[in-house]
Amino acid sequence: MSIHQTSFVLSVEDLTVSFDGFKAVDGLTFYVEPNECRVMIGPNGAGKTTVLDLICGRTRATSGSVRFKDQELLSMREDQIVLAGVGRKFQTPSVYEDLSVFENLELSFPRGHGVFGSLFFRRDAEVKDRIQEIAETIFLADLLDEKAAFLSHGQKQWLEIGMLLIQDPELLMLDEPVAGMSVAERKKTAELLNRIIDHRSVIVIEHDMGFVEDIATRVTVLHQGKTLSEGKMDKVKNDPKVIEVYLGH
Amino acid sequence: MQIDRKTRFLTREEAIYFGLLAAVIFLILPLALDSFRLNLFGKYLTYAFVAIGLVLCWGAGGILSLGQGVFFGLGGYAMAMFLKLEASTPEATAIQSTPGIPDFMDWNQITALPWWWEPFNSLAFSLIAVVIVPVAFAFIIGVAMFRRRVGGVYFAIITQAIAAILTILIIGQQGFTGGVNGITDLRTLKGWDIRTDEAKEILYFVNAVLLFACLFAAQYVRRSKLGRLLIAMRDQEDRVRFSGYDVASFKIFVFCLGAAFAGIGGAMFTLQVGFMSPTLVGIVPSIEMVIFAAVGGRLSILGAVYGTLLVNWAKTTLSESFPELWLLGLGALFIAVVMFFPNGLAGLWSEQVMPRLRKLFAGRGAGARPPAAPFPANSASAPDSPAAKAAAE
Repeated sequence: MSIHQTSFVLSVEDLTVSFDGFKAVDGLTFYVEPNECRVMIGPNGAGKTTVLDLICGRTRATSGSVRFKDQELLSMREDQIVLAGVGRKFQTPSVYEDLSVFENLELSFPRGHGVFGSLFFRRDAEVKDRIQEIAETIFLADLLDEKAAFLSHGQKQWLEIGMLLIQDPELLMLDEPVAGMSVAERKKTAELLNRIIDHRSVIVIEHDMGFVEDIATRVTVLHQGKTLSEGKMDKVKNDPKVIEVYLGH
Repeated sequence: MQIDRKTRFLTREEAIYFGLLAAVIFLILPLALDSFRLNLFGKYLTYAFVAIGLVLCWGAGGILSLGQGVFFGLGGYAMAMFLKLEASTPEATAIQSTPGIPDFMDWNQITALPWWWEPFNSLAFSLIAVVIVPVAFAFIIGVAMFRRRVGGVYFAIITQAIAAILTILIIGQQGFTGGVNGITDLRTLKGWDIRTDEAKEILYFVNAVLLFACLFAAQYVRRSKLGRLLIAMRDQEDRVRFSGYDVASFKIFVFCLGAAFAGIGGAMFTLQVGFMSPTLVGIVPSIEMVIFAAVGGRLSILGAVYGTLLVNWAKTTLSESFPELWLLGLGALFIAVVMFFPNGLAGLWSEQVMPRLRKLFAGRGAGARPPAAPFPANSASAPDSPAAKAAAE
């Protein structure tokens, strides 16, 4: 147990998940501070996505603890974790293709999340203004009426980021937000992320080292479900163990 | 603004389609058909309640239930139990060894009314039971399935199994349920003879009004945020879950709503046809109801009504002349729908007929409006009225 527990937004301690004996995440411990942007890197199969899955409740942990502002997340349901303030973006863009951009954003608006709340949900000025504001942030203000299926890959990624922003989570988890993007889109996304990570804690999984250097407060290198190295980018980059297993010589 | 239009209860186009259906059901059918045929169409319309529920569950929410006959049957049995008790006065059943209980109980050596039949002496209780019993049963199934994240084909198979189980149960408990014959020989509702032509006509209109009430309820749900959530869940269930929604409770809600519609339809069936039997509960009717919705268009509540009317009209006509061909025809129809027009008649109308009509009128200046909004439930809500009207004539 850490003494500083309460000052962290997220405390992951001794987190382990075992799939039929294979430990995808093995005794992992790390802490995320307020306004920190933590980037997780590591070779394929290191357990990066699994860590996010464990935090947001998609995968159930075998043992350990994940505390978010003094709430134990491991015993909560996925939607309760979201409402507590943890947002998650998936690796492949997950948007509702049959709905318009506006409707995609609206469904993430933090109101009317119960059955009857959504049945009697009113699309009032507050909702419209907020959606307009978010749409401008994610470069989609002109496409609000467009069906999400017709967006480009990069635009879908932005839309999903926008759907998270409208929830205004305290902890935002992004799984490879720039994967599959063109150079121009990538630059715009980095700019977007830099803006939105300002006043919240973020955990990002990313392979693009240039991008990582751009946004990271601290970096955690995972290898075989364990922390290989952790700290500022400069320190991690020059860690011989990291160079050995991940960055290459 | 386009955004505003989509939350409106009915767009102008939809209002026209609702009006057309109302004209077909309230004017054209009653004027064109004799009392016997009208009663037949009244019976078909009771299946439309189920089809509307299937549009919400299956078309919008992606939950395919192959056991909707269960809820249709529960509603129908609740109504039939009341009517049977009213028909089983001690005077009317004086020749039985135990007068005053339903005849089939007497035949099965049952000498007292079972306790769970007692409340059905009350019309108010029975009418509430018509909705509440199917909803409660759907709720139990829903909690058991959706909380465990059972979905897709597994859910379909389990609902089908439930339909089979309930049929077997009803047939097996002959003394309590009337067995394979069902509950027959229903006569009056609070003293009003439901077997006369006049009563059947009135019941047809009661049925039609209730059908429109359900259509409006379904339309409200589709227009609400819940309607859009259903579509979102169908496509990206995880994204909905990780946007802070308890997906299971939404599925349970829409499944219960479909059950409520089906229960009302079942009760109206009992009233108009005069009996309720396990042949309307089991696997075959449940699958037929899915076919009605599929033929009409699983994304369109109005299409589902037309589909129900059309398929049933075809069934009656064909099986009158070629009884052995009907099942083959039904199978061929279902395959055709799945392979060639997955959105059914409503899809054909909005994808094939309407664009051509628009093109035809495009010359007239303002006619150059863009195609229907890409909201799926919206674009598919066009019924295939010519075909259905042909059916009516």
